[in-house]
Amino acid sequence: MRSFLLRRAVLAVLVGLTVLVLSFTLTRIAGDPALAVAGPQATAADVAAIRTAYGLDRPMLTQFFDWVGAAARGDLGRSYLYREPVANLIRTRLPITVTLGLVGIGFAVAIALPLGILAALREGTLADRAIMLVALIGQAMPSFWLALLLIIGFGLRLQWFPIQGLDGPEGYVLPGLVLSFSAIPALMRLTRSGMIEALRSDYIRTARAKGLSRASIVLKHAARNAAMPVVAIAAVQLGFMLGGSIVIESVFNLPGVGYLAWESISKNDFPVVQAVVMLLAIIYIGLTLLADMLNAVLDPRLRAA
Amino acid sequence: MRLRDLSTGLGALIVGVTIVAALIGPSLVPHDPFAQDLMHRLVPPAWMPNGTEAHLLGTDQLGRDYLARLVYGARISLLIGVCAALTSGLIGTTLGVLGGFFGGRVDDLVMFAITCRLSVPLILVALAVVSLIGSSLTVVVLTLGLLLWDRFAVVARTTTMQVRTLDYVAAAQAAGASRAHVLLHEVLPNIAQHLVVVATLEVALAILLEAALSFLGLGVPAPLPSWGLMIAEGKDYMFFEPWVIMVPGVALFALVLGINLLGDGLRDLFGVARDA
Repeated sequence: MRSFLLRRAVLAVLVGLTVLVLSFTLTRIAGDPALAVAGPQATAADVAAIRTAYGLDRPMLTQFFDWVGAAARGDLGRSYLYREPVANLIRTRLPITVTLGLVGIGFAVAIALPLGILAALREGTLADRAIMLVALIGQAMPSFWLALLLIIGFGLRLQWFPIQGLDGPEGYVLPGLVLSFSAIPALMRLTRSGMIEALRSDYIRTARAKGLSRASIVLKHAARNAAMPVVAIAAVQLGFMLGGSIVIESVFNLPGVGYLAWESISKNDFPVVQAVVMLLAIIYIGLTLLADMLNAVLDPRLRAA
Repeated sequence: MRLRDLSTGLGALIVGVTIVAALIGPSLVPHDPFAQDLMHRLVPPAWMPNGTEAHLLGTDQLGRDYLARLVYGARISLLIGVCAALTSGLIGTTLGVLGGFFGGRVDDLVMFAITCRLSVPLILVALAVVSLIGSSLTVVVLTLGLLLWDRFAVVARTTTMQVRTLDYVAAAQAAGASRAHVLLHEVLPNIAQHLVVVATLEVALAILLEAALSFLGLGVPAPLPSWGLMIAEGKDYMFFEPWVIMVPGVALFALVLGINLLGDGLRDLFGVARDA
């Protein structure tokens, strides 16, 4: 198992480096950042001055290694827009996005696990079909539209939750709910198929033969085994969610990393865009690594690999 | 009739109606989707109070006919969905088949590419690229196409691995067929049904992503009536006129649901297992 984990860790570092190179090239290849910063009215001399000030006149490779070296020391450059270190901008906004992601995955698991288990117990019945229909609906729902519907319904008509910004913890409820929709279909299907498989297995038959109650069989034996892969996938889904929070944060005006990224993209603030892409990629890579480790620890068959 | 057939039929119906609307709709609706009429702004749909028969789905904040824009928007959604899925299908299938067929180093490289692609935050990078190059239909299609190939690659790879060892591939190789011939004429046709199922998912995903990009103002440029853009434009009026976001939103939701229902039906028909 140690060699498996080691190989996985090396792979994670390689993937991280590749994404780093990609995100750097991306922000340099498609346009001249200096032109974007200077704005349409700037003269050629202004642009040249900006280019020198931000070090954009140096060779691309030098810029890249400088950036990586500085990033490794925690210096992510300065924002063109805020005139402030990017690391500071991210530090103040990351907790909001991470909280939102955790609320989202919490909602998703709290909704998907019971429904998936119920569908498996009622396999093939109308209840099963209805629950799987919920998965299909969740998959087809445009997140930003659902957000607007919830804002109209719960925020404006019922006035249960705030519709904009973040004055207290209740501000996370609606955005978290919207975010959870992206993960619910996959988690529900996985729980259902895992439960169906578990319920047919030998240890469940043994438990039945021992005369254990149905509740004990379902909850203690089958659900525990079915839940393991769900936990691992939930970690990966959390990574996708943090990436998807850019849409949700801009609809709800939540001052998180996603909102920062959207603002920086529309105002050509490349150092911030680059740093957020890198940050989200690293978080995702870390979470998948964690998921793989969880799987390896939970599944004895993988340990030999 | 089984419930399954019913849902597949519903999916086919929704997709069929949308395709017909996209093809001939603009010539049936008696209004121009771009013509502004500032005297008749935000006219509600015909079935609501103050609605008129002249504008069945009402008009938007610039007095443009909502039905005309909705129908034209179907064209944009379908065009982007299908073209993006074709682009990503080409990339993903090529990578997946090569990795699955040759194994070893080639496969390691393909798996590495897939892992890298999954680590790239999708919406963020799509937004950044569109904003850097400038928004247009082509840019959105290419950006989504270059980003959405991972599932094609994963499925093409695993199915090719299963097909590779079968007798007819060995027979073709023994008969002296070239590698290219084996890949194109023996492997590809036998994994095609899996790829069709993936394609339905990807068309649906591309349509949703285009709408999200356009909603954030970095997708299809105005005044083109993308459904996502229509929702964004209606957002400022939704508190008093909720129908302005309901009309394009329901259309978007229904189309994506329809494509997914159809995809599920095809999955059953082909006997393709669902990967979670």
